[in-house]
Amino acid sequence: MVDHEEHTYDVVVVGAGGAGLRAAIEAHESGARTAIVCKSLLGKAHTVMAEGGIAAAMGNVWSEDGWKVHFRDTMRGGKMLNNWRMAQLHAQEAPERVFELEEWGAVFDRTDDGRILQRDFGGHRFARLAHVGDRTGLELIRTLQNRAVRSRIDVYMECTVLRLLHAGGEGRSGRLAGVFGYWRESGTFLSLHAPAVVLATGGIGKAYQVTSNSWEYTGDGHALALEAGAELMDMEFVQFHPTGMVWPPSVKGILVTEGVRGDGGVLRNSEGRRFMFDYIPEVFASETADSEEEADRWYDDKKTARRPPELLPRDEVARAINSEIKAGRGSPHGGVFLDIASRRPADVIRRRLPSMYHQFKELADVDITKESMEVGPTCHYVMGGIRVDADTAAASVPGLFAAGECAAGMHGSNRLGGNSLGDLLVFGRRAGRYAAEYAAALPKRTRPSVDPAEVEAVRSVALAPFGRDPTANPYTVHAKLQRVMQDLVGIIRTESELQRALDELAELRAEAAVVGVEGHRQFNPGWHLALDLTNMVRVAECIATAALARRESRGGHTRDDYPKPDPAFGAVNHVLDLHGGVLRLRTEPLPQMPDELRTLFDAPVAKAPDAPAVPTPAVPVPPTAGDFERVVQQRSS
Amino acid sequence: MPYDLHLRVWRGDAGGGELHDFTVPVEEGEVVLDALHRVQQTQAGDLAVRWNCKAGKCGSCSAEINGRPRLMCMARLSLFDPADTITVTPMRTFPVIRDLVTDVSFNYEMSARVPAFLPRPREADGTHRMAQEDVDRVQEFHKCIECFLCQDVCHVIRDHDENKPSFAGPRVFIKYAELEMHPLDTNDRRDLLREQAGIGFCNITKCCSEVCPEGIHITDNAIIPLKERVADRSYDPLVWLGNTIRRRPRK
Repeated sequence: MVDHEEHTYDVVVVGAGGAGLRAAIEAHESGARTAIVCKSLLGKAHTVMAEGGIAAAMGNVWSEDGWKVHFRDTMRGGKMLNNWRMAQLHAQEAPERVFELEEWGAVFDRTDDGRILQRDFGGHRFARLAHVGDRTGLELIRTLQNRAVRSRIDVYMECTVLRLLHAGGEGRSGRLAGVFGYWRESGTFLSLHAPAVVLATGGIGKAYQVTSNSWEYTGDGHALALEAGAELMDMEFVQFHPTGMVWPPSVKGILVTEGVRGDGGVLRNSEGRRFMFDYIPEVFASETADSEEEADRWYDDKKTARRPPELLPRDEVARAINSEIKAGRGSPHGGVFLDIASRRPADVIRRRLPSMYHQFKELADVDITKESMEVGPTCHYVMGGIRVDADTAAASVPGLFAAGECAAGMHGSNRLGGNSLGDLLVFGRRAGRYAAEYAAALPKRTRPSVDPAEVEAVRSVALAPFGRDPTANPYTVHAKLQRVMQDLVGIIRTESELQRALDELAELRAEAAVVGVEGHRQFNPGWHLALDLTNMVRVAECIATAALARRESRGGHTRDDYPKPDPAFGAVNHVLDLHGGVLRLRTEPLPQMPDELRTLFDAPVAKAPDAPAVPTPAVPVPPTAGDFERVVQQRSS
Repeated sequence: MPYDLHLRVWRGDAGGGELHDFTVPVEEGEVVLDALHRVQQTQAGDLAVRWNCKAGKCGSCSAEINGRPRLMCMARLSLFDPADTITVTPMRTFPVIRDLVTDVSFNYEMSARVPAFLPRPREADGTHRMAQEDVDRVQEFHKCIECFLCQDVCHVIRDHDENKPSFAGPRVFIKYAELEMHPLDTNDRRDLLREQAGIGFCNITKCCSEVCPEGIHITDNAIIPLKERVADRSYDPLVWLGNTIRRRPRK
């Protein structure tokens, strides 16, 4: 058996979700020899779980929509902590990325005049999400997968990267020279030599007990980048999606799409009250309905009615649900009720939300066309990640690029629904393009080469668990980690609990370093978990450290002891790096937005503009020439 | 109600293996995959199981439960009597790698042979126009999560490895169908379907449709219409006559 194979590329992309696939396609089309490495089979990445849609201001349903409105929504949703340039690029480029998917075979739901239909979602001023029922992520990943296969890009499936390799002799601040990892199937090792590496490894949800994330979400990219000398940013901001399933226990945390609320679903407590009206924050008061009558009217009449409070950004809704449950007004299984059954006809529900219907029917014996769902917050997304340049997705380490959930900046302190699929397309493409450019600019003879000693060191650490006592079980340490993060670094945080979390995480770090596994190297999940575990613990430390330092509440970070936002903290990002094995935190001032963008935030918008009547999804009318002009303008800008 | 579940799980590798007995505590509302995870956590840390989303959306955890191809994450324990032993074996149509994990690369290879989507040009306004009614069928096929249970159950290749080189299987027929029926597509894959994908081997027993966790009508909506299209092109006597008389070389 060959124990260590080697291959050479220009660009290696780690991760085969939306961002990774889009990056690889772009790198390939830019002329780079490109490989994708992914932990699962191709097409199984967590992107398939995305349900609601891709936010892109195409203006198909509301011609008033445009990138500036989308940009404003994104920044306000992120509580202005976003990197403004990323939010701008995203809003400007998302429509073209959606059209491109259609060109590659994706089939979105249609308006009556045959264009791409867009749906309402939380925090978005207009119906903006291009979607395919409630399985948009599957459509996106299959389309990109087909494109990558067609392009004959090499895919290393079921292969885990253990280390980003530096150029020999250049040290931790030097250039990257490739990646080192192992085949899950055989347990044998491989090195992929490449000057440019794109990390697109997704999130960190598996560090929490209740999460919508799959097993793959172990923070690999975050930990690999940190280890390689790059910086992480905004790690305190973890999004708890307001609506995860709460019962039965085996499915606790599985996502219930925001599309349920976008399509008319409402949240009620045990008293039957639509409690979201009690939780409208000042900053969104002028654009949120204050009566049930107005909220219900909004779905068909966006001219005179304001948005229902159920469609506030996710952080607001998650906190409200949490408060209702704590106040004893929760549902029997510790959630609240999400009701669409009494509000929309059964056939509409089945057509608009087929996989939700299926999921509840199969897993919880609940018919969502007849009864309410029980839902509660679930760990869903990390806004924090690798600190990158907005335009090029380049990290601080030469040759390292990052895109998608593992990169930071785009979403600030809270991500709007629908913005992650847009994010991974826009910045996946940019990462792929600039990684290819970086690799092409290096003359062949000056390409960095790896240090065999570094490879050997990683290899022996990776194999160490086989020599240790398997009663120190990785599954047990993982369960402890999840409990610590859930209980002490969850949706509501305080100083004393965060301190305790850091103490316990230090112990878990020591425990994770000595776990043992039984069996041999061939497809051994215990061993795989033992290796992923150190990444999860590292990321958990980053979250707790940054959360302790941010003495305010903002977006996906809520401090019981500092319940208000603090303008001083609103002006800075927290940046983390590793120095001599020790985690360091510093504050960095936010990049300053140019004045022409700043003016977008000056006047609060009370209600939708008195523009000519525009079709809602239910009753579209033929588009006018002006509509198209606007679409074309947006796409070319 | 919590109870002790008796499981028999096939363990082994390409060289062979056997069923192993496990007893694990399970709770109300759990699925077979939960029980296997508990086995991993407490009794056999190296039990190989492929899974991802645990919500029926990624199609990774396919196996045979009491002989029936299923997703382990969607197989609720309430389907079975608590007194019964549940037997879990790997998909039989594909070579075993280890325990419940099989080598499904056959499906990826067959899929890669399907000629890609080739759209007609955009409209003058820069958009593509399609009516919802015209994409409903395509959207049904796009629901496929590539669990390969339909491939597993298909008797053309189950226990007939010799047919694999010349038979693409139901999953790949759906892919042909979604492209052939895509309103924007301009490629023609009919000759290929007959000559390389072996659609003629299928004798429409509908086993694939029965095991599909997404409820796609594989046989009725994909395979039969494809067979009709192939027949129209290859076996219609008038078409044959026309082609022969005019001696137009086929593309």
